[in-house]
Amino acid sequence: MNSSYFVSEKRRPVFSNSNLSYFFYKLLNRPQLVLGTIFLVILSFLVLTPLLEIIKDSLSIQSYDIAYLPNANIGDFSFFHFERVFSGPLSKALLINPLLNSIAIGICVTLIGVSIGTIFAWLIVRTNIRYKAIFGALAVVPYMMPSWVLALAWLSLFKNDRIGGAEGMVTYFFGFQPPNWISYGFFPIVICLSLHYYAYGYLLMSGALASVDSELEDAGAICGMNRRQRMWRITVPLLLPALGSAIVLTFIRILGTFGTPALLGLPVRFYTFSTQIYASLNANNNGDAYVLALVLIITAITCIWVNNRVLGVRKSFVTLTGKGFRSREIDLGTWRWLATIGVALFLTFTVVLPLVILLWESLLIIPGDYNLSNFTLEYWFGDGTIDETYGEPGVFQSDNILNALWNSIKLGLSAALFNGIIGLMVGYAVVRGRGTLLSKWLEGISFAPYIFPSIAFGAIYIGMFSTSWGPVPALYGTFTILVLITVVKNLPFTSRTGIAAMLQIDSSIEETARVQGIGWLKRMVRIVIPLSLNGLVSGMLLTFITAMRELSLIILLISPSNMVLTGLLFNYNEQDMAQHAGAVTLLLTFIIISGSILARIISRGFGLSTLKNG
Amino acid sequence: MEQIQLSGIKKSYGKEIAVQNLDLTVKSGDFLTILGPSGCGKTTTLRAIAGLEEPDDGEIRFGERVVFSRRQGVIIPPENRNVGFVFQSYALWPHMTVEQNITLALKEKKISRAEIESRLKKSLEMVQMEPYRKRYPSELSGGQQQRVAVSRLIALQSKILLMDEPLSNLDAKLRTEMRAELKRLHRELEATTVYVTHDQAEALTLSDIVVVMNEGLVMQCGTPYDIYHNPQNLFVAEFIGDPRINFFKGKIINKEGHLKMDCNEIFLPLNKELPSNSGNVIASVRPESITVSYKENKDWLKVRLKSIQPTGANTILQVQSGTHEITLLQPGFIRMEIDEPLWINFDSDSLNFFDEETGNNLNI
Repeated sequence: MNSSYFVSEKRRPVFSNSNLSYFFYKLLNRPQLVLGTIFLVILSFLVLTPLLEIIKDSLSIQSYDIAYLPNANIGDFSFFHFERVFSGPLSKALLINPLLNSIAIGICVTLIGVSIGTIFAWLIVRTNIRYKAIFGALAVVPYMMPSWVLALAWLSLFKNDRIGGAEGMVTYFFGFQPPNWISYGFFPIVICLSLHYYAYGYLLMSGALASVDSELEDAGAICGMNRRQRMWRITVPLLLPALGSAIVLTFIRILGTFGTPALLGLPVRFYTFSTQIYASLNANNNGDAYVLALVLIITAITCIWVNNRVLGVRKSFVTLTGKGFRSREIDLGTWRWLATIGVALFLTFTVVLPLVILLWESLLIIPGDYNLSNFTLEYWFGDGTIDETYGEPGVFQSDNILNALWNSIKLGLSAALFNGIIGLMVGYAVVRGRGTLLSKWLEGISFAPYIFPSIAFGAIYIGMFSTSWGPVPALYGTFTILVLITVVKNLPFTSRTGIAAMLQIDSSIEETARVQGIGWLKRMVRIVIPLSLNGLVSGMLLTFITAMRELSLIILLISPSNMVLTGLLFNYNEQDMAQHAGAVTLLLTFIIISGSILARIISRGFGLSTLKNG
Repeated sequence: MEQIQLSGIKKSYGKEIAVQNLDLTVKSGDFLTILGPSGCGKTTTLRAIAGLEEPDDGEIRFGERVVFSRRQGVIIPPENRNVGFVFQSYALWPHMTVEQNITLALKEKKISRAEIESRLKKSLEMVQMEPYRKRYPSELSGGQQQRVAVSRLIALQSKILLMDEPLSNLDAKLRTEMRAELKRLHRELEATTVYVTHDQAEALTLSDIVVVMNEGLVMQCGTPYDIYHNPQNLFVAEFIGDPRINFFKGKIINKEGHLKMDCNEIFLPLNKELPSNSGNVIASVRPESITVSYKENKDWLKVRLKSIQPTGANTILQVQSGTHEITLLQPGFIRMEIDEPLWINFDSDSLNFFDEETGNNLNI
């Protein structure tokens, strides 16, 4: 009797009508599944195909190689590039030197930057230093400024006569030529990058420090620990995961950074990994460039892996912030004023001074002559008819610049908009689908762009979109490709923001709407989006800032038809038009800072009126 | 009014089985409570009725309407099931006022403005929250938030109401108050209600029918009176009742012409015959069903007081006889010294007998 029952069960066709409709119903019942699948497919295409593409190109003969291999056919499988980069006579110039330079710069900048950032974070979060609010706001300004602002200012200060063009302020005011090692190469690159990236360390560490409950230290005191023991046995171990992340994330970013090493390194043929990739690509030698890009990607993955292995398990306690939270300020005593003055001086040098120098630079008729009689406003407002401005109209008269400005703003806004939407959707699909494989994959794939060095990512997108790709048209030289690559590159941050925002919304908040008969779209519009708005706005603001100041990612993708401010600035600098470069940089910085202030005011307004959270 | 019928419902999460082959019928207009310890599958069952959870197998019907059937391949999404649901966390939308919280779904249903206004007014009046309609949830106390969640449910006028531990976040006093109110509401709305709780007092006071669940299985389904007085197995006997029921393990013997249960020095009276082949038996008796005498009574069992806990209206007494610990519940505020003797007696009508091996009530 039993066996016959089983037979009839088995014979039920797998794809009967009821099974199909059940599957269909099941899908309809889970919007996060549909959404997740769609995004997984699109993002896989945008993130994984580039990776496959560079692996393929690095392993096949390119048109550039025909000169060396007259008998080979383009597209043939070959280890030619790998041999050239790793064991050929050019290996030292192509791989070893740039790699060593990049690693040396990475280690120095990470050490200096993270140390400064940590000290700042500690001073501002945990001590009774004066003017905390102002310092806190100013400390993140370097993060908002394009990273090469400092490099440009450095050049204005220390440019010597060995390269050609006008000399810097040091030569003008003090009458001596700074030695080459001060003007160009390793030393200035490390200084400029450190003074930029400390802000990154500051942001990460101040968050972690603020989440360490003073009561934990008090508990140590009750157990009889002295101040030093409490610091080393309690506070520091609690901060280690954040410190580890700060170090690894900073290091990876520096490996891929392009603007500063290009400005300060290329004139003396000092190559880092990213500038070497840029040079190879400029020489049309894609194969070598892609091999180098792969090396960079593998280095980045290794760093993240090591970080996760060593500290990953403990990461959880950084995010744990208990209620009944208390933070006590440490009294610096007599050091209070010294620390205040020190921080003020430091911020003046890193934030205010570079901008003043660039402003000054933009007001000179002839570069290198800092006499008051040499001042002019032609570079800002002139129409370009006089000789001194190289025939280029001033910033507010130049169609080129205004056009690029408009493009930059468009890029920033559209990237922010798309990233906001995608971040929200990915966050929704990942959080609501928690526990499923789809959710895991989606989370992983949205983090993947982080490991691509910007310059390499740009290089891959040229290859990918120079011809049409199935339904995707050729995008090279279009504005669309800039938006696309910016959105994909920022995905790791926005999807994290989206996930964090969605985790704040208890699933019952949405389920109660479902049960009441409110459809998915309406739920998103009326409930999910309003409740995640705060996180969303700050995520979008970050994208806006990053997109506006982006150079390394898009430097290979811009052409006169889709020129943005950063690209224009790079061109001005290459042509030694210091006034225009200074003026454009100031314009860019001004827009980014005022944009972020505006966004903060708006989001604060929203925060008051909509988030009456219980 | 609508009848809810679940048949053959199964649900597991990976290896963990939440609900095993559940059959349950909630009669039209009934107030049914699913009671059980945490993790027993009660919330999963409730969410399956609402459509928030898809069973792996089985069928759910509202009246004649099939809302879920694995075999027929039907899953009606929660949006279209037209049930009311109160969450443990109330799930009020924090960015909307009380009024918006109640009317959002009504507006979505394209109900006329006048109708919405009248439903809003009526539903708020029913829970006495009329003055708070412009407030945000964060400006309300827990009890008030609870009332808003209930009034949102009323305004929807669903024929089926589902509640998932709606009172568990309230303090004890408020809980008693809201309990009475929910009972009144159920009478007025005449909706079929399924209520999930781990609090037996709520289950016993509110329900027409109580379903006790454990490890995904229905242990017993019956009226509160039945559940309390005739537990069908040891689990229900032990789970229901505060203070806990007394158990005695032993064998049936014939003593001086009377059938008795020999529980190692304690003899319990039997007024009916047990099947002669029954092996070890467990007897249960509620603490309040044991008669107590403070003066010597030769025919009764002499015990000694071990601890005493007056709760005001009642007093819980822990007494000892040999190796047995027995709990007694007596009315009034009793004052006694530890180790003082007492005499207790068992009434054969208030005893239940269970098979030790199966744990099932022998129903004699």
